[in-house]
Amino acid sequence: MCVAVPAKIVEITDHSAQIESAGVSKIIDISLVPQAAVGNYVIVHAGFAIQIVDSDEAKKILELFETYGI
Amino acid sequence: MKINNISIKPGGDKILLSHGDGGLKTSELINNLILKYFNNNILSRLEDSAVIPGVHNTRIAYTTDSFVVKPIFFPGGDIGKLCICGTINDLASSGAVPAFLSMGLIIEEGFEINLLEKILESANKVLTESNTSIVTGDTKVVERNSADKIFINTSGIGFIKNNLNISPMEIKPGDKILINGSIAEHGLAVLSSRPEFSFKTNIASDCAPLNGLVEDILKISSKVHALRDATRGGIATVLIEMSQKSQTLFDVYENKIPVKREALSLCEFLGLDPLYIANEGKMIVFVDSSDSDKVLEVMKKNKYGKDSRIIGEVTKKMESGAVSYNTKIGTTRFLDKFYSEQLPRIC
Amino acid sequence: MEYKISNLVSEINKISAGLPQINIMEVCGTHTMAIGKNSLRQILPASINLISGPGCPVCVTPASDIDNIIELSDDHKNYIFSFGDMLKVPGSKSSLYEKRSDGANIKICYSPADALEFAANNPRINVIFIAIGFETTAPLTAVLVKRAFQNNNSNFFIYNTHKLVPPAIEFLLDSESENNIQAFLCPGHVCAVIGSTPFELIARKYQKPCVISGFSPEDILESIHMILRQIEDRRALAQIQYSWVVKQDGNQNALKYIYEVFETGPSSWRGIGVIEGSGLDLKNEFKDFDAKKWFAIKDRNVPEPKSCSCGDILQGKKKPFDCVLFGKKCTPDKPVGPCMVSSEGTCAAYYRYEIHNTNKL
Repeated sequence: MCVAVPAKIVEITDHSAQIESAGVSKIIDISLVPQAAVGNYVIVHAGFAIQIVDSDEAKKILELFETYGI
Repeated sequence: MKINNISIKPGGDKILLSHGDGGLKTSELINNLILKYFNNNILSRLEDSAVIPGVHNTRIAYTTDSFVVKPIFFPGGDIGKLCICGTINDLASSGAVPAFLSMGLIIEEGFEINLLEKILESANKVLTESNTSIVTGDTKVVERNSADKIFINTSGIGFIKNNLNISPMEIKPGDKILINGSIAEHGLAVLSSRPEFSFKTNIASDCAPLNGLVEDILKISSKVHALRDATRGGIATVLIEMSQKSQTLFDVYENKIPVKREALSLCEFLGLDPLYIANEGKMIVFVDSSDSDKVLEVMKKNKYGKDSRIIGEVTKKMESGAVSYNTKIGTTRFLDKFYSEQLPRIC
Repeated sequence: MEYKISNLVSEINKISAGLPQINIMEVCGTHTMAIGKNSLRQILPASINLISGPGCPVCVTPASDIDNIIELSDDHKNYIFSFGDMLKVPGSKSSLYEKRSDGANIKICYSPADALEFAANNPRINVIFIAIGFETTAPLTAVLVKRAFQNNNSNFFIYNTHKLVPPAIEFLLDSESENNIQAFLCPGHVCAVIGSTPFELIARKYQKPCVISGFSPEDILESIHMILRQIEDRRALAQIQYSWVVKQDGNQNALKYIYEVFETGPSSWRGIGVIEGSGLDLKNEFKDFDAKKWFAIKDRNVPEPKSCSCGDILQGKKKPFDCVLFGKKCTPDKPVGPCMVSSEGTCAAYYRYEIHNTNKL
């Protein structure tokens, strides 16, 4: 299953990070992106960040949730 | 083998969770087993409420529902609020004014009385708001581990004005399809409150009594053809059922269906489709196009209809019935029937 | 139709008008679903033939593995943690879903981290995580096995079925007798981990354009456009359409974890057979976490269901409509083969999204 979603890192504690994505937040594992910093955007797959991604593009994708939502 | 002197053939099929999720397996159980023993021309219509003849030309709507939601308290409500809203909305779907309800409680030994009190208080709030009452009931207690905390059955009766004919059979080509707000919130709220669920959101159940909304709609327009509250299986399941019962083709538009951003986001994370997730405060309205604007306006004025939208229309007669879904990018596909709930015990 | 989409569609139509039929294999199950959900075949010219590939991890897991996992679940001292998809895949006699209704301890988890956490909190229970997936998911398993090793969570096991995508693609191309597949739509999230290099090698060796694609309809159409441009210009390269996520060298940290915990070996792909170098096995120092070894699971031979065409469908040799069981004896409600069960299975996608667009049933 390649389901993966962009999210913003808002807090980091060791190998865990709190992420936020269009109003949903979760604690995920950032062992695979140890260089990640607060404010970075990542792609989240099954509770892990698998890559740090371009912030501008990630923000655009997350804005789409606004357009198709209320 | 014999159980208490009754011979039963050993082995054989078992009841699975999917038999209770409102999808295909539930349909199979109803059609192949239940209707085998209880078949008559009222039950066989399989409507949310049975419309039965009353006296003096009044018709009565009669419905029953059982509630096994887990957990029993969730953002936006609890099993008490849920059971009253569910029954009221089923009655309102046939155009009835809900009047009298029954309540049957099955409680697990050891359940805290102060929790029971909270549940009854929630139920009572909705009864007051909807101007209905519980007039008969029953309470059973079973040993610890023989039931999961509390199960509730509610039945209800309501009265239908005799000039009113609200039924999927009345749906006609040209009708507009409306909904009173955003979808998928009840199912996601219940899911998010389960202990193993690790996402945090502000999603709350949309659980609400819609009889007031339906009353407003029926007052403003005499051309409302059908109503249905969308519960288990989401709006997709309701739309497909209504298209099949009315033998018409619906055209529904993805970019017109209201979904809150948190619901969309959570669905993306979990690989879920909001169209198939349970609601408990959503009414789908089929109304003649000449009245659709004023019905939409009156829905928006109701506290449970602020985000009402027109989401599609009934296109033409079609024997098998179908729902044509127009995607955001302008392509179309037919909505497929809901196979199985990924989220058990949502209602 | 949105501006960008309609532009892409008209460009695609323009280029393909001057080309013969083009067969593009879209490898990843998530792409199969995205194409179906957005009805992309409706707006693509008929000369572009999208063929589904073996990129559905549940679909390519052999039935023997399903039977083995079911056997593990029969012992109620074992707790099986799995992604939801696996539950309804039929083994030779039953499925995990049915076993669960019989009382087996089978839990659906969103993340494998949930399985390790449960194991850490319940040291007396054997926790077996079904480690299924390609290079997107393998690094996660690697992190958790390493963590379990460091924390001595000796009650945590993985039932390892991880497979690798590029060797499977090479296998398909090596065994092709005709020039069936002209180009590849490559899996975006697998490549977020492995980068574009493995597909650069494939593009060069087999002279097939490979475009690494995102999952929105715009991404997929743009990738198809990039493929057609390459074909028009007679080029064969690996290109990254999904550039905001995929870097050429992928995620080196994730790859390091994979190399540390796993080594490559042969792997059996359901309906296809054994593909050398396409599987990941736990390295010796981590073998204590290998459920197959610990619980002494024996290899078994489970024949495929009669008339099931999953194998041919996964290799792009047949479409679901070509299977005699499709839509008749094999439906999402009563699946015969895994392609109909998985949320990313080709047959499930066709049944849900493509069936009504044709008169083929």
